[in-house]
Amino acid sequence: MSANNDTISKTLIVTISLCVVCAVFVSAAAVGLKPKQLANKEIDLKSNILAAANIDAAGRSVQQVFDENVVSRVIDLETNTWADDVDPSKLDERKAAKDPASAVTLTGSIDRAGIKKHSRYKTLYMIKKGDEIETLILPIHGKGLWSTLYGFMALKGDLNTVEGLGFYEHAETPGLGGEVDNPRWKGVWPGKKVYGDDPLNPEIQLIKGTVDPASKGAEHKIDGLAGATLTSVGVTNLVQFWLGENGYAPFLAKLRKGEV
Amino acid sequence: MADTKKDVVVKPILDNNPIALQILGICSALAVTSSMNVALVMSLAVIAVTGFSNLFIAAIRNHIPNNIRIIVQMTIIASLVIVVDQVLKAFVYDLSKQLSVFVGLIITNCIVMGRAEAFAMKNPPGISFLDGIGNGLGYGAVLMFVGFIRELFGAGSLFGFELLPLVTNGGWYVPNGLMLLPPSAFFVIGLMIWGLRTLKKDQVEEPEFVMAPNTK
Repeated sequence: MSANNDTISKTLIVTISLCVVCAVFVSAAAVGLKPKQLANKEIDLKSNILAAANIDAAGRSVQQVFDENVVSRVIDLETNTWADDVDPSKLDERKAAKDPASAVTLTGSIDRAGIKKHSRYKTLYMIKKGDEIETLILPIHGKGLWSTLYGFMALKGDLNTVEGLGFYEHAETPGLGGEVDNPRWKGVWPGKKVYGDDPLNPEIQLIKGTVDPASKGAEHKIDGLAGATLTSVGVTNLVQFWLGENGYAPFLAKLRKGEV
Repeated sequence: MADTKKDVVVKPILDNNPIALQILGICSALAVTSSMNVALVMSLAVIAVTGFSNLFIAAIRNHIPNNIRIIVQMTIIASLVIVVDQVLKAFVYDLSKQLSVFVGLIITNCIVMGRAEAFAMKNPPGISFLDGIGNGLGYGAVLMFVGFIRELFGAGSLFGFELLPLVTNGGWYVPNGLMLLPPSAFFVIGLMIWGLRTLKKDQVEEPEFVMAPNTK
């Protein structure tokens, strides 16, 4: 019985047919379940936006809370103006970053976040009270140690005080860099100030160890992640890039003056 | 095989438990038992994978060339794990995010491979399927037990419902943070094996050596 199983032809037949069957099986599952997974991802993204802005969905559906509170609007980073001709629900920023027509290429020392290219169109999320912006949520991303971290930074209406920060996608080391997800660490961010005197030059940064609240500039400093120096450096770089002059800073300056 | 169908399913739960007696699959048991919800989903995933991998491997066992049998088993197990992972992502996205890499690591879970090699290669599909389910249940039982202790004492809750009101929420219970860290699972599993072997003396292994007399 088993003797003729070991011939080369039988081995090849078994291997090839097994691979074909398994491949069909796996791809069928992947393709068949894709729409459901994408819908889940979108809900997850929205719940992360709400979490960055410290809005508690409290048992209600994320979709509903999001639709009631949050306004999405696209900006153009080249001109630093609203780009209302771009529909936020159709904008895929990661795809746009690869398309030469809409990509901004970063080189040398400008590319602090280590991302090489990004989309000139970015979707910002706002929570409004009347006409005033109460919270502005900015998408940010950049390289950590192993992976690109994708997240949101929420600013209060003065566009300087941090309301919250959270990453929804990364692959940093669990327990070390992965602590960017730790609620206690995320709780350090609210209340910190992004800018000092220069509105184009963010001063917010992660330091080694714990911040002494009495020290100079403590309002710009965030506790570093223990055992994750490179992830901490990455977070500092990506936050400073996105809130700096090549990121949202010029737009934020205009918005503060009411020019857009 | 003198075992009846019932034996094949029930025995691995207590008498021949893959974790407690065979000491297989410890790694994931440490990682995914910090809460009952996660442990439950992980158990179901492993039950499905062990069951179906045993079924498919047993079904083609007479055609698997002996010199590539491990690769054939791995291919089948890996395909099943990917499908399970996709299903979890589609239906329980939050939990699948918490389980993260551990679903993928079911591929290397010694229980799945061990049962495929030890049982499914030699037995017909029906009984092999039951053996897989039984061993998955045995793994799941330990996971649920460890998860119960860790979540109750580490977070004061079960399945996310608060049972012991925490000090931070105005209650009286100071949670034991160690319970939420992986090492605590080592202690809990160790104590559990000790307890099990005290009750069931036949599970105690022969000592590998005996202290020579007159050494004092």
